[in-house]
Amino acid sequence: MFKVLRDLLRYNREFLFGSLLIAIILAVVVASYFAPYDEMMTYAVIPDMPPGSEYWLGTNSRGQDMFWQLAASMRNTLIFGIVVALISRVIAIAVGLISGYVGGKTDQAIMAFNDTLGALPNIPILLLLVFVLRDQMTWPVLALTAALLGWTHDSRLIRSVALSLRTREFTRHAAFSGMRTTQILLREHLPYVMPIVFFTTMNNLIWAIGLEVTLSILGFSDINRPTIGGMIYWANAHSAMVAGIWWWIAVPMVAVVMLFIGLFLLAMSVNEYIDPRSRLARMGA
Amino acid sequence: MNGFLIYVAKRFGQLVFVVVTGVTLAFLIAHFSPVDPVEQTLSLVTSFGATDPRSVEILRQSLRELYGTEGSLIEQYFLFWGRVLRGDFGPSLSAFPTPVMTIIGRALPWTIGLLTLATLIAWVVGNTLGAIAGYFRNSRAMKVVGLFVMALQPIPTYISGLTLLIIFGFLWPVLPISGGAQLNLEPGMTWAYISSVIQYGTLPALTLVLVGIGGWFISMRSLVSNIVTDDHVVYAELGGVPSRTVFSQYVARNAMLPQVTGLALSLGNVFGGAVIVEFIFNYPGIGKLMVAGIYAGDYSLVLGVTTFSVIAVAVAVFLIDITYPLIDPRVKLG
Repeated sequence: MFKVLRDLLRYNREFLFGSLLIAIILAVVVASYFAPYDEMMTYAVIPDMPPGSEYWLGTNSRGQDMFWQLAASMRNTLIFGIVVALISRVIAIAVGLISGYVGGKTDQAIMAFNDTLGALPNIPILLLLVFVLRDQMTWPVLALTAALLGWTHDSRLIRSVALSLRTREFTRHAAFSGMRTTQILLREHLPYVMPIVFFTTMNNLIWAIGLEVTLSILGFSDINRPTIGGMIYWANAHSAMVAGIWWWIAVPMVAVVMLFIGLFLLAMSVNEYIDPRSRLARMGA
Repeated sequence: MNGFLIYVAKRFGQLVFVVVTGVTLAFLIAHFSPVDPVEQTLSLVTSFGATDPRSVEILRQSLRELYGTEGSLIEQYFLFWGRVLRGDFGPSLSAFPTPVMTIIGRALPWTIGLLTLATLIAWVVGNTLGAIAGYFRNSRAMKVVGLFVMALQPIPTYISGLTLLIIFGFLWPVLPISGGAQLNLEPGMTWAYISSVIQYGTLPALTLVLVGIGGWFISMRSLVSNIVTDDHVVYAELGGVPSRTVFSQYVARNAMLPQVTGLALSLGNVFGGAVIVEFIFNYPGIGKLMVAGIYAGDYSLVLGVTTFSVIAVAVAVFLIDITYPLIDPRVKLG
């Protein structure tokens, strides 16, 4: 594991750059636990101060220090994304491995369900749910809904690998030596799909965070809880651009771009590393 | 031809399955809504002045029939299906009594026009650049282009949309940033109106294109760089076939197939609308309609738009899918 990491850092500039971006984001997230005042508080500092030595990223019209606001928002947004990614990974792995291993009619039935769910447009359904639940739409509910919608594509990928593992010699050995199905799936097959899982986790994280930001910008989430989308929502609500408080809108935008490019670079470089052809090409073979 | 029929039948079964699931889901979600459309319309109507309680009761009765909120859950479910099949989602609450379908019909051309065009442009540009980048892998210029395109790809729509809005709306105000066309122009086939539609559509379309290019670029580049090392390409190159012909006839053509499938899928999703882009640029499409419906608490509009887009996306993908055997003959053989 460490050797892989060292190789990636040394030979893959995308991976290095991506890790750097994510490290910065994580440092900001850690800083959020040392905030000098409560993140929900408004008018804690002088409003509308431009970025400077006293307030690094300035302050907004609601009297919040942009740095601490960003730290708390980044933390909340990341936690949301990670929760979605984790839940949907568990579903995707379970469905993919079982469907691929069992095969036959069961596989067909599961995949029919999988494709049906995948064919439904997510945003209209989520918006309908937001409309119906209104104030009961807390972030855990939203995370759970997003997770239930966001695994179908990845489970298909995992299934395609599991399908080929099924006919391999070692699977037969394991089955004949009396391993139970769950054991075979978890101990023999899971390691093979881990690289795909890692790669799809990054993409899923990007998707989930994008979803959260989209809904928050529209004001369809708990707007008092600081999130990246919530920051942009408040900036729009106060017409920050017209009022000339550009840093209010620039800070969350730059932060989210850094986060997304970081995640994207990590996903891409790992994907390239998994594919032996491109790894060889990179090493100059 | 037999294989083709089986293929179509299978796909049709899938379509029915998707539509039934989607409509059921929409019905169930809407059914547990705390918003009662009947009471909401009543309070809207009665807020204009004192109304006779008896006429309120009669109105309530007829509204119940209108919205189909009478009877048990099962009865309501079948009533809902009946209305879906007739394409009747009742009157909109916020624009009472205009039928929801009329409002959707008004928004649809905007969404379809914007998204189809943006999808096609992104597809053509992304694939062309991707193919060139894959073929001339060592070209320095293409590496720079690749870096640029790939940096744009993960950036979410709202960020690029807001950035374009800030650049062309505040810093260098040259393009209109809100609406679908100039309001004082009569819609029609006049040059003034069409050019206004193009002007107003430029920024939303540009946003979608910028975000869309990356995905096509990346997959096309990897497809092409795999095909370049194939035997038939190497043979053609050694045999002295002009490199222009090798590129267009031997490489790009083979790489096109999966990309066409991808294009079909994204064209189907056009009906889902582009909520964020339409919201940012106040574009009068389906997505904007949905958001406006939520803000206004318009039960029938939100439910109507959701159901409509679920069905429309499924049908569009189905229609495009059954033309696929024309491109890839392997499907026909089953």
